Amino acid sequence: MKVSELICKIDATEITLPEGDREISGCYIGDLLSWVMGRAEADNVWITIMSNINTVAVASLSDVSLVLLAEGVTLDGDVKAAAEAKGINVASCSLPAYEIAVKLSQLL
Amino acid sequence: MSEHLAFHFDVDGENFVSAGQASVQIKKNLRQLGLPPETIRRVSIAMYEGEINMVIHANGGSADVLVYEDKIVIILDDKGPGIKDIEQAMQEGFSTATDRVRALGFGAGMGLPNMKHYTDEMTIESTVGVGTKITMQVNL
Repeated sequence: MKVSELICKIDATEITLPEGDREISGCYIGDLLSWVMGRAEADNVWITIMSNINTVAVASLSDVSLVLLAEGVTLDGDVKAAAEAKGINVASCSLPAYEIAVKLSQLL
Repeated sequence: MSEHLAFHFDVDGENFVSAGQASVQIKKNLRQLGLPPETIRRVSIAMYEGEINMVIHANGGSADVLVYEDKIVIILDDKGPGIKDIEQAMQEGFSTATDRVRALGFGAGMGLPNMKHYTDEMTIESTVGVGTKITMQVNL
């Protein structure tokens, strides 16, 4: 499934989607950045509440297809600009991480 | 020594905003060289963890990446406080990071283990009060 389709299906809000056509494969949930780098796989959806500038770097280096911010967390303007510049897809969802993951498991 | 491409970066200390610039740049460089995505991912994550360590613990340092025909070598060099007990530092979950660093999402004690995990060879040379040099190799 494409990132842009998934965002529609789970009622998430697009924050920036420079590569909305990327395909999604699997999901990883975590807020500790080294755990994410150690365990997330390329093309995963990464569900997190961590929204600082380092989130963008970790998303870029880990090759995740989408950063999905849980609990309605959003990005500051400069972090959003960095995500856009690095080609990182970011969306926000009002649900907690668990409930998002339940929805994803039915879709992926 | 065989022919190789060399990239050099200076890493700022205590700057969590610019941290990762060298790794992201290396990722671009390696992509341009047409290397396999998984290799690029391993090199750039290992290098980012090293960069973050230098930002957190050593007030910065330098990062060199050498690309050979059959391997990529990453050398991280700092003049920080050194690592007292390398074996302990290599254990998953061991960290001396401050609460401020942890609030940013770092300090989980997974940096060095991740560096080892994503590379084929890693050596740490460290002297307390002098600095630390980490050499990592990813085979192509």
